[in-house]
Amino acid sequence: MRVNFTVNGRRQEADDVWEGESLLYVLRERLGLPGSKNACEQGECGSCTVRLDGVPVCSCLVAAGQVEGREVVTVEGLADYARQREEGCASGACGGAPGGTSLQDARGWSAQGTDSHTGEGTELAPIQQAFIDAGAVQCGFCTPGLLVAADEMLERNPSPTDEDIREALSGNLCRCTGYEKILDAVRLAAARQERQEEAV
Amino acid sequence: MTQHTRVASTPAGTPTDVTQGSRTRGGIGESTLRPDGTLKVTGEFAYSSDMWHEDMLWGQILRSTVAHAEIVSIDTSEALAQAGVYAVLTYEDLPTEVRNYGLEIQDTPVLANGVVRHHGEPVALVAADHPETARRAAAKIKVEYRELPVVTDEASAVAEDAPLLHPGRDDHHVGHVPHPNIVHRQPIVRGDADAAAARADVVVSGEYTFGMQDQAFLGPESGLAVPAEDGGVDLYVATQWLHSDLRQIAPVLGLPEEKVRMTLSGVGGAFGGREDLSMQIHACLLALRTGKPVKIVYNRFESFFGHVHRHPAKLWYEHGATRDGKLTHMRCRIVLDGGAYASASPAVVGNASSLSVGPYVVDDVDIEAIALYTNNPPCGAMRGFGAVQACFAYEAQMDKLAAALDMDPVALRQLNAMEQGTLLPTGQPVDSPAPVAELLRRVKSRPLPPERQWETTEGADVRALPGGLSNTTHGEGVVRGVGYAVGIKNVGFSEGFDDYSTAKVRMEVVGGEPVATVHTAMAEVGQGGITVHAQIARTELGVTQVTINPADTQVGSAGSTSASRQTYVTGGAVRNSCELVRDKVLEIGRRRFGSYHPAWATAELLLEGGKVVTDGGEVLADLAEVLQDEVVEVEAEWRHRPTEAFDLRTGQGNGHVQYSFAAHRAVVEVDTELGLVKVIELACAQDVGKALNPLSVIGQIQGGTTQGLGVAVMEEIIVDPKTAKVRNPSFTDYLIPTILDTPTIPVDVLELADEHAPYGLRGIGEAPTLSSTPAVLAAIRNATGLELNRTPVRPEHLTGT
Repeated sequence: MRVNFTVNGRRQEADDVWEGESLLYVLRERLGLPGSKNACEQGECGSCTVRLDGVPVCSCLVAAGQVEGREVVTVEGLADYARQREEGCASGACGGAPGGTSLQDARGWSAQGTDSHTGEGTELAPIQQAFIDAGAVQCGFCTPGLLVAADEMLERNPSPTDEDIREALSGNLCRCTGYEKILDAVRLAAARQERQEEAV
Repeated sequence: MTQHTRVASTPAGTPTDVTQGSRTRGGIGESTLRPDGTLKVTGEFAYSSDMWHEDMLWGQILRSTVAHAEIVSIDTSEALAQAGVYAVLTYEDLPTEVRNYGLEIQDTPVLANGVVRHHGEPVALVAADHPETARRAAAKIKVEYRELPVVTDEASAVAEDAPLLHPGRDDHHVGHVPHPNIVHRQPIVRGDADAAAARADVVVSGEYTFGMQDQAFLGPESGLAVPAEDGGVDLYVATQWLHSDLRQIAPVLGLPEEKVRMTLSGVGGAFGGREDLSMQIHACLLALRTGKPVKIVYNRFESFFGHVHRHPAKLWYEHGATRDGKLTHMRCRIVLDGGAYASASPAVVGNASSLSVGPYVVDDVDIEAIALYTNNPPCGAMRGFGAVQACFAYEAQMDKLAAALDMDPVALRQLNAMEQGTLLPTGQPVDSPAPVAELLRRVKSRPLPPERQWETTEGADVRALPGGLSNTTHGEGVVRGVGYAVGIKNVGFSEGFDDYSTAKVRMEVVGGEPVATVHTAMAEVGQGGITVHAQIARTELGVTQVTINPADTQVGSAGSTSASRQTYVTGGAVRNSCELVRDKVLEIGRRRFGSYHPAWATAELLLEGGKVVTDGGEVLADLAEVLQDEVVEVEAEWRHRPTEAFDLRTGQGNGHVQYSFAAHRAVVEVDTELGLVKVIELACAQDVGKALNPLSVIGQIQGGTTQGLGVAVMEEIIVDPKTAKVRNPSFTDYLIPTILDTPTIPVDVLELADEHAPYGLRGIGEAPTLSSTPAVLAAIRNATGLELNRTPVRPEHLTGT
């Protein structure tokens, strides 16, 4: 079957999709977006977390056909998503095709990043930067799912308590860090967000 | 004037800013950020399961559904007939006479040869154009098994009529084991335990059981094999040791090693579980057979069968002490279940026996450790490697002894704590700082978390209580307990192994700036080795920009990313190669500028901040001017001090290189009615020698601590004792700690340099995994008064139901 949906603001069309294929498989193997991870493929680890119409879901548990006509945000689109939220355009607030590239943006486009090898200079979402700064990344396999989940929590709850953070991230397994640095990263992102809002 | 103005606003003598230029930023000792961090947070970092090649096929492995059986027949015809299937391979299709592999003993069949010895053993391979096609085709392969009796424990392994797992063994251990179903036996006898026992006022003994733990790295076993025009193969894979894989893969394929070109793909954690081969040979076989690139990705179910686990163990211990608390003697017997194939079992036995006394002074010991061959899942390397099981038991014994002596358990440990100069039971002196008593003092002196920490102004926060959001208690029946433990782990490969690493370092001028390139075969598995390599290059070469080449087999071996050894050994190799590069750079400098300044000939010269400077700080030249268009490159091997094998009868020998010590204090709250445990705090103090990257050091300690917590209260692979089949191969049934299960982990880092190691550092990755488990167990015993001689503790052990 053919599935049409929007991924990170871009319309996508996946052909020859089997009925049994998951959204995760289509993202990774058909659309060239392997950022969402395949640690358990049974909804226990959260490494494949994406947002489906704004709601965080395990993409391994979503049948590809279920996303027909819907909007998906993956870790690859997190920086753009956060920037647009900052500008008040996420979640369709700006009307039209939410998350799409405006003509003005397209004209102003230039290659991102200063280093194609390390990605240095890439524009990051605050939560992504906080994960790097706090040392919350080791092997990094859980990181994409945690970033999507943490970003969504901070959107709902900009000043979370530690117990709030733990509850929101309890569906995301990490085997390397012992979670302490992940908590640090989310606290850091929340604090930076608060400071920025105070400045505005 | 200036002074007058200042006086008007601030009194004279007000402290002012002091500034000091650093030598080279981003060097050792700083918490520099991961060079792969940006790629990992944007989703662009390519893990082995993300590999993709045009026209690639998907490989699938058919695994045995029974633990021990003869294979009567295999019929692949129906599978081969499926549309989209390109190849089906069995044992009969293997291309050469080399059909087994293994880390130390080549006892593991690439594909089952007429018999399967454990549940989930690879039997056949399929390549197809879609992973689901490959899975369905594998399911259509008909295998007829004739089941054999299973060996599942020591009694069934050495029984008179026990089936032999590997008849006709010819490995180098078979000569000294009491039974062919015993892989290796290592006794250690020192002093006279019987005579010393007679001096004891108190003797305690106990039997302890340690469950089978899984590494549960999140990135599944995976990789891509691409057939090459020269008849060789390019393999992209997640592993811990490229060259060890290569040595095992090439002979099975019938290729010279230079035709199997391996590159490390992104590794999603390892923890010992990638020390053995998984899909490497299988993908290469399918790629060479079909002439197409083949990708294999295990799912989580298969991952539980696709790598070795931590050895489950039965341990018997006896300790004696005089009335004043001095240990008189220790006797122990440690039985490790190695499962169907040897893997790393011999080395695990060596560690378990040589570290069985723990970080204590005991002169009279009688120790025996063995590993069994059984039909249980194969076991091998996992973080802590034999020292973990022993620590669980000897720390339980120390608490038992303290209780029998009516002593404080920490005081008893401190009284008997090892120090620099103490002899291990192997007779080897500990020749670097061993601050065991101090580590215990530090965790003990930390203030305890407040009682009834779940209480808020709005009532009980159930998230802070045992049972959590299941809302099983608001504090009723909840009892607190506190427990302590300390452990000792060896660093690096022991027992005479030639443990070395190789580093290639290049220095040149790019865009007017001196830059360094570091190339090693070290497997970055998440630990941050590449972060440290860049720091070492900056410190030694005075450059800012360092490029880390991908790890591959185009450079010499780096040894394994295990045994807490990579920062020590490959870090040491990078430093050594940097020093050789520096010598060459200075040679060029002397040639060009030597006549301009006498210091070129007379002073100790360093490379700092992009310049050649004297040890007095005088700048002699810019590196860019010295190098101009010359490129300096060195590839060199570096080894740590040699070690010796343990004597096979007495266990004596200088078998280890270095030790790492950590202590934990666990604070738990137990719902005694439901048997639910919540760990409230798990404080750790560890001596790291020198923290090359403090942020990464703390991350390692917290991660290792959490894996120890997991096996204390939840993690266990359950193997059916009748069928030897694995019952819980999924993250639904094999539980690892979530962020809600994991407490605050405050870390206290000591830096007492080991003069024998580069920068004084210690390998740190494993030690925190040792003491965390017994500390949690001790705290639960303290809360409940129960004996609890097995781990993990489950609710029924606490409620007696």
